Amino acid sequence: MKNYLFDENMKMADLILIKPSLILLLPRFNIPLGFGDKSVKELCRSHGISTDFFLIICNIYSFDNYVPSPDKVIATDMSMLDCYLEASHRYYLEQRLPHIANHISRMTCEMHGPAGEILRRFFEEYNSEVVAHFKYEEQNVFPHLKKLLANGKSGDYRIALYSPSHTNIEDKLDDLTQILFKYMPEDVKTYEAIGALFDILQLSEDLKKHSLIEEKVLIPYVEYLERNQER
Amino acid sequence: MKQKVLIAEPSQIIIEGLQSIVHDSNCLEVVSVIDDISMLEERVLAHRPDIIIINPGLLPYSSQMPATIELPEGVFSVALVYQYFEQAYLRNFDAVIDIRDSKQSILATLANIGNGTESKKNTASEVSELTKRERDILVLVAKGLMSKEIAEQLNISIHTVISHRKNITRKTGIKSVAGLAVYAMLNNLVGEQQTSEDGISHGE
Repeated sequence: MKNYLFDENMKMADLILIKPSLILLLPRFNIPLGFGDKSVKELCRSHGISTDFFLIICNIYSFDNYVPSPDKVIATDMSMLDCYLEASHRYYLEQRLPHIANHISRMTCEMHGPAGEILRRFFEEYNSEVVAHFKYEEQNVFPHLKKLLANGKSGDYRIALYSPSHTNIEDKLDDLTQILFKYMPEDVKTYEAIGALFDILQLSEDLKKHSLIEEKVLIPYVEYLERNQER
Repeated sequence: MKQKVLIAEPSQIIIEGLQSIVHDSNCLEVVSVIDDISMLEERVLAHRPDIIIINPGLLPYSSQMPATIELPEGVFSVALVYQYFEQAYLRNFDAVIDIRDSKQSILATLANIGNGTESKKNTASEVSELTKRERDILVLVAKGLMSKEIAEQLNISIHTVISHRKNITRKTGIKSVAGLAVYAMLNNLVGEQQTSEDGISHGE
C-alpha cells in the first residue's frame, strides 16, 4: 500500500530502496555513497545539510501528490536552496543532456534520408532552450536569492518577474518521446532508440520535479524574503 | 463495449444471483469475483473493471464503520448492502444496491453509473489517424504559420483551426510546433526544405 512521507529517523538506505532515483540527488547535496545504516538526520548533520530541506526535496521527488505547504517552506532552513538548484542545473547540463545527445547522434547517423538530421536539429533546439532558461535563472533569480539569504536585502530584481514555467521545454521533451516510440522510422537500431528514450524519460521526470521545486519552494520562499525586506 | 464488473461478496448465493442479473444486461460483463478483500487491489490492477460491486461488510472495520476503498480514477464503486449503513458512510460509494432491489432497479443503477464513463472510453480507443483536413492544417502549422494565418489561408474561422489543432495534438500526442514539424516530416507530409526555415527553428 501507500508509503508515508519520509521522515528524519528513517535510514537513508531505506529511502533509496523505496525510491531508487533518489541516488541521483545525493551528488547535488555532496553526499557520497557508503553511508551505511545512517538515518537521514545523522547523514544530514554530518554533511552540514538542513534535514528539513533535504526531506522536502526527497519527498517531492518520491511522492507524486506531495507539495510542501507555504508555512512549511517558510519555517525551513533554506540556506542550501541556491546551491541545490545550481547543482541540479550542472547535472542536467554536464551529464544528462550530453549523454542524450550522444545517444541521438549514434541513433540518427544510421537513419536514411533527412529524418536523422530533422531529429538531431529538434534535440539541439531543445537543448539550447534549456540552456537559455537555466542561464536566466542563474543570472537573475539565484543571485537575487543569494543576496536575500545573505543580508535580507536585494537589488532591483523581483521574483514576480520570473516564471518557472518550463512548459514549452517540457512539452518538447514529451514530444521527443512520442516521436521516438510512436513514429520512429524502421531503419533505426532498436537498442539505440530505447537507450535514448529511457534516458529522455528519466530526464523528463527529473525536470518536472525540478520545476515543481522552483514553483512550490523557490518562489514562495523568495516572496517571503521580499516581504520581510520591505517591512 | 461492455462495462467490466468486479464483484466482491462473500455469499455464493448472492454472487450467483448477481451474475445472473448482470448476464441479462447487454452492456455489462462480470470479469472477476472475489470473496476476500485482500485480493481486491491485485484483481483491480489485473482486470481493470469499470465498476466494482462490493459488500461493505468485507471491508475492515474501524470505529464501528467499514473502511472506505481507494480505487484508480475512472473506476466506480457500488455498495451492495443487506444491512443498515449510515447514509454518510454510503456516500463514499458512487451508487448503492440494496439486496431487496428489483432486477430492473439494479440494472438501472448499474447502467446509470456506466453512462458517465462512456465519453472517456471513446476518446481512449479512438483511431489516431488524422483526417485530410487535419493533415492540411498540420502542414501549415509545421511551416510555421500561426492559427490566424491558417484560418485566412483556408478561409475558415480561427476557432475551427484551434479545434483542429487540439485534435491533432490529441491524436499524435505531440504539443509543440517544432515537434509537429518533425512529425510532419517523418511522415512525409512536407518536404524538409519547406519547414527548415520556419517550423523547426521557430517554436511557438
